[in-house]
Formats: sequence, C-alpha cells, structure tokens
Amino acid sequence: MASRQWRGRVGDAALVISTGAATLLVLVILAILVIDVVRGGSARLSWGFLTKAPTEGMTAGGVFPAIFGTVAMVILMTIAVVPAGVATAIYLHEYADRQAPLTRIIRIAVNNLAGVPSIVFGLFGLGFFIQFLGGGIDKLFFGGNKVLGQPALIWASLTMAVLTLPVVIVATEESLRTVPRELREASLALGATKFQTVLNVVLPQATPGILTGTILAISRGAGEVAPILFTGAAYYLPHLPWHPNNQFMHLGYHVYVLATQSPDVDAAKPILYSTVLVLLAVTFVLNLSAFVVRSRMRHRFAGASA
Amino acid sequence: MRPLKADSRAKPQVHLQQELRDKVIVAAHAVAAPVKHIGKPPPAWHAFAEASLRVVAMSAIAAVVLIFAFVAKEALPLLFSSSVHKEVTLRTMWTAQQWPGYDAADHIWQPVSEIPKYGIWPLIFGTFKVSIVAMLVAIPLGVGAAVYVSQYASGRAREIIKPTIELLAGVPSVVLGFFALMVMATWLQSWLGLESRLNALVAGFALSFAIIPLIFTISEEALGAVPRSYVEASTALGAARWQTIVRVLVPAASPGIAAAVALGLGRAVGETMIVLMASGNAAITSLSFVESVRTLSATIAAELAEVVFGGAHYTVLFFLGTVLFVTTFGINLLGDYAIVRMKKSLGVST
Repeated sequence: MASRQWRGRVGDAALVISTGAATLLVLVILAILVIDVVRGGSARLSWGFLTKAPTEGMTAGGVFPAIFGTVAMVILMTIAVVPAGVATAIYLHEYADRQAPLTRIIRIAVNNLAGVPSIVFGLFGLGFFIQFLGGGIDKLFFGGNKVLGQPALIWASLTMAVLTLPVVIVATEESLRTVPRELREASLALGATKFQTVLNVVLPQATPGILTGTILAISRGAGEVAPILFTGAAYYLPHLPWHPNNQFMHLGYHVYVLATQSPDVDAAKPILYSTVLVLLAVTFVLNLSAFVVRSRMRHRFAGASA
Repeated sequence: MRPLKADSRAKPQVHLQQELRDKVIVAAHAVAAPVKHIGKPPPAWHAFAEASLRVVAMSAIAAVVLIFAFVAKEALPLLFSSSVHKEVTLRTMWTAQQWPGYDAADHIWQPVSEIPKYGIWPLIFGTFKVSIVAMLVAIPLGVGAAVYVSQYASGRAREIIKPTIELLAGVPSVVLGFFALMVMATWLQSWLGLESRLNALVAGFALSFAIIPLIFTISEEALGAVPRSYVEASTALGAARWQTIVRVLVPAASPGIAAAVALGLGRAVGETMIVLMASGNAAITSLSFVESVRTLSATIAAELAEVVFGGAHYTVLFFLGTVLFVTTFGINLLGDYAIVRMKKSLGVST
C-alpha cells in the first residue's frame, strides 16, 4: 500500500505547511504593524510628549490633553459599567432560572449588544443621551439653555459603558463559574443567606474575572472612536475636561483626525505615529495584563475542580 | 456565628477548602448543642440589593431595546414627514432615479449637492465589496490558524500563539485604519500599480485583520470541543492525519466555524473606522475592487457631523443606522443560534 502511505504523507505535509503558513502570516501581520509603529513613533516619544499639550497646529508638542481626556472618559465609563455588568452576571449565574424565557432573552440581548456596530452606538448616544436625556434635563432644570443637551464627557462615557457592558458581563460570568460549588454550599450550611454568600464568599473569589472584564473594557474604551465621534470627542480644546459637560480630547480620535484631516500630513506624521504608539502601547499593556489575570484564574480552576 | 467571610488573601484553593471543612465540622458541633440563634439576621439593605439585581440585569435588554428605539425614532420622519418627502422618500432611496444631467436612471448617493440624491444601493454595494474581501482573506487565515494551533502546535507554541492573536484582537480599529491608510495603501499601489490609492481592496485587507482573531478564537474552541472519540475512530480506521482533520474534525466543528464566520461577517458589515480611513469614501458603484467605495457605516460617520438637525439628510443617516442595526442583529442572531446548537450537540452547558 505504498501509494496510500505516500498520499497520506504528502497530504499531512501539505496540511501542516498550509495551516502553519496561515498562522505565521497572521503573526507576521501583527509584527509588521507593531514594528512600523515603533519605528515611526519612537523618535518623538519622550516624557515631554506625554505631558505637554499640542502646539503649532498639531505638528509639535505632546498629547497630554488627549491622554487626560481618555483617562477621564474611561474612569466615568468604568464607574458606570462595572456595577451594572457585575450585577447582571451575578443575577444570570446565581439567581436566574436557566430555562426561564427571561433568562434566555437577557442572554440574547447581551450577545447582540456585543455585535451592534460601533457607529450605531454613536447614533444611540446622540439620539438618546444627548437629545433625549440631555435635552430633557436642560428643559427641566436649566430652562432650555444648552447645558447637557450637547456632546459632553458624561454622555460619551455612558455610551461607551453600554458598548462595553457585554465584555464585563461575560468576563464576570466566566469567573463566577470557576468558584467551586462546595464553597457556596459550605457558606449556606453555616447559616449565611444567599446574598451574603454571594457578597462575602463568591464575589471575592471572582475578583480576577471582574478585573479581567474591567481591563478589557478599559482597553475598548481607549481605542473605540466611532461611538465618541458625535458624543463628545473634539480635536483641539484650550482646556482640560474638568466638568462632565465638557468636551474632551481622546487618543483614538486624535489619531483619526491627524491621519485624515491634517492640513499638512507630512508635518503631522511624526506626532501621528507617536500618538499611535502611545495608544498601541496602552492597549497592549492592558490586554496582556487581562490575559495574565485570566490565565492565572484558569489555573486555579483547574486545581480546584479536583 | 458570624457569616462566613472568604479569606481574600490569595491562598491555594485546596487549603481554603480544607479550612472550610474544618470550620463546617466545628459548626456542626456547635449547632448540635442547643442554641437560641444561628446568627444575627442580615442587614436590611441586603434584601433591597438582591431585588435590584434582577432589575439591573434587565439593563442589557433595556440597552438593546433603547438603541433600536432611539435610532429608529430619528429615522421615522423618512416614513411620515411630508417636508422630508419633498427631498427623499423610501422609494427614491431604493429605486433608480432619473436625475437631470444623467443619461439614464441610476442609483446615486450625493446628499450634499444642489439636488440631493439619496440612492442607497452604492452604499450597500460598497459595504458588500469590502466585506467580501475581508471574509475571503479572514476565513482561510483564521480557520487555517485555528486548525494549526489546535492540531499541530505544541503546548509551548500554543501558549505563545494564542495570546498573540488575541493581542491582534485588541488593536483598536482606528490603528488598523491608520496602518491601512499610511502603509498598506502605498504598498499596494506601488505593487499593483493602482489608480486609486484608497479602495475596497485596501479597506478589505485591513478589515480582515480585525476579523481574523474573532474567527480564530471561535473556530479553535469549536475544533477543541469535538470529542476525541471521533479522532480516535477515524485513526483506527486507517485515516492519515490530514484525512482525519479535513474529513472528520472540521466537518464536526463546522457549526462552530459557521458561527465564527457569521459573527465575523457581522463585525465586517458594521466596522466603521477602518473603512472610513481606508476606503476612499467615494460612493462609486462598479465591479472593480480597486476603486474607492463608501460603506453604510462610513457614510454615517463621515456625514453626520455636518447635517442640519432634523433635516432630511439627518433622518436618512439614522435610517442607514437602523438598516445596519437590523442587519447585524440578524446575522448575530443566526451566529448565536448556531453556537447554541453546537454546544448542545456536544453536550456542553451554556
């Protein structure tokens, strides 16, 4: 049966080579991207770049306001999304009846929320948060003056919170699953109520997953641009966004405008590359730490299920 | 007895369970003796918090419903407002119109001109072109890499490759768009001698970088979930490794792979920043892939900044958003359904 053996060997070789090549190609693409950004961006990168404001029509200076605006928005977003996401995950995992239609609908909603295009979130932010909520608040409390019914830090943060809600829910649920049943049972056997069990036993054990979800949400928040295009991001602001109804600068938005709307692309190129480098570095650090937290949690699960 | 408090300092799980077992034994002895109270009743706010958990959990449903409601609400004037109908109606958007100065009736998207034209088909066509390029690149690469990592890679290699591809998933789409605009477009133009530097091909390639990690992750999970007995049976029947993979493993994982493709398609259709920066943003309808295109999402992003609030253009853009939402919702629903069915058939609980 030499021909069949030969066919087997050739087929095996062909499959390994083709799939290995596919994997290699994906890794190479990432490598090219990173190398190009590092090469182009490290020239201007310095402590000053991170702490100074842009000058000379965005061709010199630094990106501190963009970093500040991104951080401010991310903080507000995290305050909004973590309690809601963790509460939803706790309800889904600890309290909900698996077969009930409501539970299924919630899960469908979470999955589909994850798939909504980011620009539709921008439209939602505009139509709901700014026009409806902001406009309504203006009419009720500010006598029609435009205070909150316009693009603002708070609305962009809330829009991003809705966008990252599924990330937090899924990561939290994953970690709730790793808490062994025996722990909950022991707590209940000792006289704790279900809620006390969740609060004092389950949640502390699930902290790694909540942390993972939060880190991933922060990473999305720093990088997504489409939802904040019309809900609060601006290209150049003379002051930092100290009030929730201020507009803010944002690293991702800064990259977008510098790349597509600079009057002099060549002059802005160094700053553009350095901004991308900062954004990419922040994203990578966040994603890597989320991965480390998550894999440590999984190892713990593997040991505990014995 | 105080309610049990978990030790928050990191301890190996095994020791914690042992401590708990000891505590349970102590507690059992204590309970066996006659006691008046098991413990203090929990504080009153616990009941309130528990009840509010259910309410908060509905926030996900509320979000989806509100998104659809408020996006569609701003699009309603397209159906009902007579002042909007003077400029555009649902019919004029979807059928070919005869515009002055043109030879024949055609679908044209040109809202910012003396005579605003709102033909939607160039945008749908553009979305389609970019998505096709992205899927044609992403599916072979994503599924191929998933097969390699799940079947051939050693444990060490897997531990390096998987997080690296997940890192690619974390790259913001604006960075991918930047890369396409500044680097890839120039490359492709010099390599293929193209006229339009920014076109469907460039945007499609960059878009595929965003989709590959998605397809890879889900396909790899699907391939890993196929029972070992399938592989063992096939090998026992004399199949070569590649025959087992191609004829048994991949077909068995195909619901999961199909779901991965569906979710990737949903992402491709909805992606905004990459196409906004790399597709050239010209609403041209042509069969060529090396001409500039305009997608639905990029149109909304590019034009919303300068519309009159409440005007016809504004309404039409929200209508485009509704179309996008419904389309991706449908695609994702199909993908989720496929994943649920795959998990059921393999005996994993959701």
